Parts: sequence; structure tokens; C-alpha cells
Amino acid sequence: MPELTKENLVNTVLALALLAAPLIAIALEESFYVTLASRVAILALAGVGLNLALGTGGMVSFGHAAFFGLGGYVAGIAGLHAFEGSAFLAWPLEIGGSESLLVIWGVALAVTALVALAIGAISLRTSGVYFIMITLAFAQMIYYFAISLPTYGGEDGLSLYLRSQLPAVDTDDPLTFFLVCYVLLLGAIFLVHRLVDSRFGAALQCARMNPQRLATLGIAPFPVKLTAFTLSAMITGLAGTLFAELNGFVSPAMLSWHLSGEIIIFVILGGVGRLFGPVAGAALFILLESFIGGLTDRWQLVLGLILLSVVLFARGGVVGLLAGKARHD
Amino acid sequence: MTSNGSEALLELKGLHKAFGALKATDGVDLTVRPGEIHALIGPNGAGKSTLISQIAGGLAPDGGSITLLGEEVTSWPVARRARLGLGRTFQVSSLATEFSVLRNVMLAVQARTSGARGFWAPVRRDQALRSAALGVLDRVRLTRRADDPVSALSHGERRLLEVAMALALRPKLLLLDEPMAGLGPEGTKELTGFLASLKHEAGILLVEHDMDAVFALADRISVLVYGRIIATGTVDEIRASAEVREAYLGDHLHEKAGGA
Amino acid sequence: MSAAFLIEQLLNGVQLGVMLFLMAAGLTLVFGVMGLINLAHGSLFMTGAFFCAWIAGATGSFWLGLGGGFLAAAAAGALVEILVIRRLYDRDHLDQVLATFALILIFSELARWVFGDRPLYLDVPPVLGGAVPLPGGGGYPAYRLAIIGVGLVTAVGLYLLIAKTRLGMQIRAGESDREMIGALGVDIRTLYTAVFALGAALAGLAGGLVGALQSVQVGMGEPVLILAFVVIIIGGIGSIKGALLGAVLVGVTDTLGRVFLPQLFGFFLPPSEATTVGASLSAMSIYLLMAGVLAFRPKGLFPVDA
Repeated sequence: MPELTKENLVNTVLALALLAAPLIAIALEESFYVTLASRVAILALAGVGLNLALGTGGMVSFGHAAFFGLGGYVAGIAGLHAFEGSAFLAWPLEIGGSESLLVIWGVALAVTALVALAIGAISLRTSGVYFIMITLAFAQMIYYFAISLPTYGGEDGLSLYLRSQLPAVDTDDPLTFFLVCYVLLLGAIFLVHRLVDSRFGAALQCARMNPQRLATLGIAPFPVKLTAFTLSAMITGLAGTLFAELNGFVSPAMLSWHLSGEIIIFVILGGVGRLFGPVAGAALFILLESFIGGLTDRWQLVLGLILLSVVLFARGGVVGLLAGKARHD
Repeated sequence: MTSNGSEALLELKGLHKAFGALKATDGVDLTVRPGEIHALIGPNGAGKSTLISQIAGGLAPDGGSITLLGEEVTSWPVARRARLGLGRTFQVSSLATEFSVLRNVMLAVQARTSGARGFWAPVRRDQALRSAALGVLDRVRLTRRADDPVSALSHGERRLLEVAMALALRPKLLLLDEPMAGLGPEGTKELTGFLASLKHEAGILLVEHDMDAVFALADRISVLVYGRIIATGTVDEIRASAEVREAYLGDHLHEKAGGA
Repeated sequence: MSAAFLIEQLLNGVQLGVMLFLMAAGLTLVFGVMGLINLAHGSLFMTGAFFCAWIAGATGSFWLGLGGGFLAAAAAGALVEILVIRRLYDRDHLDQVLATFALILIFSELARWVFGDRPLYLDVPPVLGGAVPLPGGGGYPAYRLAIIGVGLVTAVGLYLLIAKTRLGMQIRAGESDREMIGALGVDIRTLYTAVFALGAALAGLAGGLVGALQSVQVGMGEPVLILAFVVIIIGGIGSIKGALLGAVLVGVTDTLGRVFLPQLFGFFLPPSEATTVGASLSAMSIYLLMAGVLAFRPKGLFPVDA
């Protein structure tokens, strides 16, 4: 039975608030806000992925946009070929497009897993500032690669003319699409929760706190971190597919280092390492963007000042402020 | 080299390591036999920490070999040596600082039984891990601190926790790096008694400055000076050795031999 | 493909390299001495460029503009160090990354506010407007040669500063043992502010020089920042020598790659595709170079803390 801790209370409130927002929007006939809520859920999902690597594992990846963008491009490319009836690959296997979200998710998970294993295998041999820079560099590589593919839009990006489908569910309806995103978000949070509390999670946390201690006990930190890095990439990649579907568009901007920085911002604003931190952080970020962005063009200045203040003075983020320090025992 | 036909737990042959012009380890030969407590002593700067790091696996030697429990482990990483049966404590405590005392030992038990595997079941409620960990904490008399955060422990308690974590691995060889450092006379006496009781579970390579403890515990002593072992022998042999007295700030040994 | 063309491209590569060196030197000094990773370095580059263009536009003198840009960047650097950066020295790298990322946002918006959204233009000073004849025919812009000259002079100047002056000695001591120099009575706070301002000034100088080659606009510092990070990773964080070698390597690889890779692909791809593929691959080539160097020297070519 989950205990009634402050943190569990805060988490429940966040989960309910995110669910309530679009429902209230529909009731008030402001369907634009349903799309906004979907954005929050998707960005939160991307943050949940990063938080596993960054918050729990201590791996400061400045290249997670690579996985977000890869997910987006899987959705975009699948959609393009499905729409045109053309083949993605003719030889040695014929692979066409797909309109099925399940297929897209499957492919996105596989692609991000492979890329993350490759990037992680190289990057995790370094640490500290080198790790930050090399993850950034790999993401840049993928970014420039995407720009160079004229078939898939190059710098201008790719439109998704049709939203991909799920069986028995109408993904074209904004509220239904939101619910799909929301369910995936809660599902991912639940999985991460079990993972962090498991034996693997304990090893991962020790890999962050004191890798020398972990190795001395007989567990090599590298495979533990690589596994967590890969899982984290897969979750962020999944978020990427939903983002492309939501916007009906994917472009190299989804692979940019600015976006990598933004995902880190959601995680930090919400509370690094906290289960629902990314939800709070993404919500705060989107609220700032929409409301302050509506008042002034200078909203990035406000964001910068808030971020700076959080880093300097309120490191625990929103969840930290509301629920106090995390308990690890 | 070895007694009663059984293999040495640890065998170092011709080990060297240099940092630029400084020869921190200069052709070291050393063995640790089953059931023995082998103390390694030497003046500051002799190269003890460098040697320990090479045995544990954190530092790669420039030449020579390290054989642990019959296996040539010279190129093995730290974790692999630990899994083979090497337990090690650190001179400056190296613990999982955000975990409680109990969770630290549970992690050690987990490492021995299942490594990092186990992705679903909550570890905090794992009764098997808890009871095994509490058992080990009992042995070092730290049970009352089980739920306290590591940051609340005194210096001496942290050393005991390090020993507990090493023991939880059920090692065949223990590498103890100045476990008495910073303990008061009470703590030293307790730990000395405890270590003596471990002899039949695991061989011990004990790096220490505290001569009382060394003379009370050691079956054999090796003396390391400027990266070379200048003498290996029993407590009496070492006490009597003129070389040792000359090379090592001899007053200490001289007092013990002449005095009490 | 003539020798003159090859020489021209090589010189372009060296010029890019020299400009990257000006950026990387500041970045690597700050990391080496203070252990701080500073994402806002590109914003200081941009600050120098903006002030240079603005002052040059207002006074008609490129040289006044350049000097102004140099000083403005130094001042901005010192201000930022005092207000924000010095709180970050004891923090972990994640905090430093986030705080300096926040500074990027703040600087960019401030620049938009003060200078407006449209790019500013900076003219090459007339005395450097001509071309210098190259062996093999053709001419090379005098301005670009001047940039190479400035870069080399700066490299020598930095070397002299670090190797021969008291400040340099303090910097070197600070790189090897931060705690010790405090104990030795060196005024750390001023030293750190000075080092940071020096790095900022170099970035501002680079910005001013580049401003005449391309337009001055918000965000111009970011691609350069990333390249500068690649340079110091390749060169070894904390090493000025590494920054110079790394910068030239990156500059030449990037330039020659952009020119020759499309030609290479032109052998089996249609021209427009060859150019795009070539351009992206050459942008990727720098990262491949970096990954390659890290595979053999995980701490770069000349690591300071080997």
C-alpha cells in the first residue's frame, strides 16, 4: 500500500490536475487548451525519460533531443510513406510506411534503443564535463544528418498529413489523443518508479553517488549506466513520436541542442530525480510560455531568470519546494 | 611459499608502478596465505596506497603479476575481482552517502547474490536482503544505527560499516586499508578483537600504522619502504631485524621490543 | 583544382581555426583555472560583435568598434562573473550548465531588446579591403589574412602571459591546485574575475572580427560555442596549446570538408544533393574527429590533469 507521504500527495495532485485541465477546457469549450495539455503530457514524458538517466543515474546527457527527434522522425517517415504509398526500403527487405501508432512505437523504441546503446557505449567511457560534451556532440551529428536528408524534408522538416491510428480509439479527436499521451505518461512513471525502487535502481543510484563503492562491491557501474541510459532514451523517443503526431510536423529542430537544454530545464524546474518532477516542470514551462509569452515577447528572459534562480537558490525544484527533500531509505 | 598444500590467496610477483621518475612500487613480491593475517607496514610515502590500489584493481601496474585465489587478475577490473572473492575497505570511507546504513549493507548483500539484476520487486521490502544485512550489522555491532543516514555516523562507525560491507560479500581475502585510523583506544581494541575472530573466514592483508594492533594481530609482517619490501617475517623476526629498524623510523619497534 | 584554390581553402581553414582559438582559449582557461563550464561564452562573442558593429556604425571607425567590442565583452564578462558565475565554482557541472544556459537566454533577449531584432552590419575597414596576391595566381582577402595575424599574435601573447608573467604564474598554479593558491595568499576572487574577463575579451574580439565577414545577429554565438567545445575536448581541457592545435585541426577539417566532400560526392550524386550531403557530412566530420580522438586519448591531446 503506498504510504501517505507529502511527496505522494503532491504527485497525486499533479496527476489529477493534468487530467482535469483538458476536461475543464472541453467543458468551457476552449479546445485549444486540450492541445496544450497534450503538449505538457508529451514533454513531461520526455522529461521522465531524461530524469531516469540524469536524476537517478547522474548522467548529464545534453543530447537527449537526439532520441526525441529520432522518435519524431520515425513517426514522420512512417506517415510519409503510408501517405504516398511508397517504400522506405526496397532492398533487402521491402519496408513501407505505417499508419499504426503501435508499429510506430515499436520501431521508435527499437531505433532509439540501438542508437542509445551506440552513443552510450562510447560516451559512458567518459565522465563529468566530457560526458556532457560528447552527448551534445552526438546529438549534433544526428541533427546535421537530418538536415542533409532532402527526401525527408531536410532543414524544412516533414509534415504528417494524417494522424496515425490506434485500434478501437479515435486518435484524431484531441481529447482522446490527450488521454493516449496521459496514459503513456502515467505508465512510464509507474515503470520508472518500479525500476528505481528495485535492485537495479539501488545499483544505479549507487553508480551515481559513488561508482567506486559499487565496483568494490562487485557490480561494474558501466553496464548499469548503459542500461539506464538506453531505457531513458527509449522513453524520450516515445515522447518524440507523440510530439510529431500532435503537431503534424517533424523537423531538425526536434534534434537541436536547444531542445536538449529545454528537456533538462523541465526536469530541473520540476525537481531532479523526483518521480513527478518532469510533470511539474513541463507544466510550469508550458504555462510560462503560453501566459507570459502572451504578454511579452521577452518571455525567454523571464524563463532565464527563473531558471537561474532555481539553480542558485531552489535546487529541489517545484516538487522539492512542495514535498521537501527526497528520502532514500 | 604456501603452507599445508593449499594455494596462496594472494600472490604478487615483481610488481612495479612508476609515476614519472618516482618508483611507487619497485619490484614487490608478497603472498597472503589462507587463514593468515598479513600486515603491511611502512613509513609514510612508502607506496602502501599505490600497492593497495593495484591489488584492488583501481590502478594498473606497469609490470609484474597479481594472482588472486589462483586466478591471474592483473588486468581484471575492480568489480570482477570483488566477485571473485576480494573484499576491501578504504582508508577514507567510501560509502553510498544518501543511503542509510542498512541500505548500504543490503546493497553489498545484493551485489553478492544477484548483482544489479532485479528490475521490478521493491528492494527496501526485500526480507531476505534485510535479514542478511542485519545479520552482518550485528556482527560489527552497528545494528542500532541501521536506519540512520551515513552522514550521521561517527568516523569510527563509518570504518565499521566499511568492514561490514566487505564482510557481506563473504570474501576469501580482505584488504583492509588502515581500518584503525581515527579510532580511539576503545574502538581500536574492539576492532582488533573483531579482526582476530575473522581469521578462519578470510585471509587478511592489513595495512596499518597502529603498531599495537599490528603486533597483536599479525601472523606475518611485510615492511614496505620506497616501494620495495625490505623484510617479510613473523612479528618477532621483524622486531629483531636491524634493517627494519634502520630503514623504518625505528623508535616504535625498538620500544616494543625493549619495553613491555 | 588549382594550387591557388587549395591554398585559398587552406587559408580559410586556418582563419576559421584562429577564430575558434580565440573562443576556445577563453573557454579552456576558465575551465582549467576555475573548473567551470560556461555555456554563455557564445553570448560574450555576440556581445563583442554587437558593440563593435554599433560603435563602428556610430563613429565610422572599425578600429574604435573593435576596441569597443573587446572592452564591452570584457566588462560584460566581469559583471557576469561577479553577479552569477562566482556562485557556481563550488557547484557540480550540471548546475553550471543550467545556470550558464539560463544566461544564454537572458543575454539573447537583452540583445534583442537593446539592439532590435534585425541583424547589424559591419564593414571591413578600407585599409584591409583589398586582396593579397597568392603564389600560383589569384588573391586572398587582406582582411582574412589580418585575422590570421591577429590570432597568431594573440596566441603568442597568451603564451607570454602564461609563461612569463606573475598573472600567468598564478593561472598555472591555479590550474594544478586551486586550494593551494588560496593558501599561498593569492587573491583568488580577483584572479578569477580577471581570468573570466580575459576569456570574455578574447571572445568579444573574435566576435568583432567575424562581424565583418557575416552579419551580426542574436544567436550567432551558438554554433561557434559548440565548435569551441569540440576544440577544447580535442585539445584537452585546460591546455592553451591544445586549444590552438585543436582549433586549427577543426577549422581546416571543417573548411576542407565543406569544399571537397561535395566534390567527392559529386562523382556519384547529382550536384544539389552532393552539396547538401557534403555539407552535412563535413559538419559531422568534426564530431567524428572528436570521437576518434577521444577513443585514443579520453582526455584530449594535451590534458592538463593527465
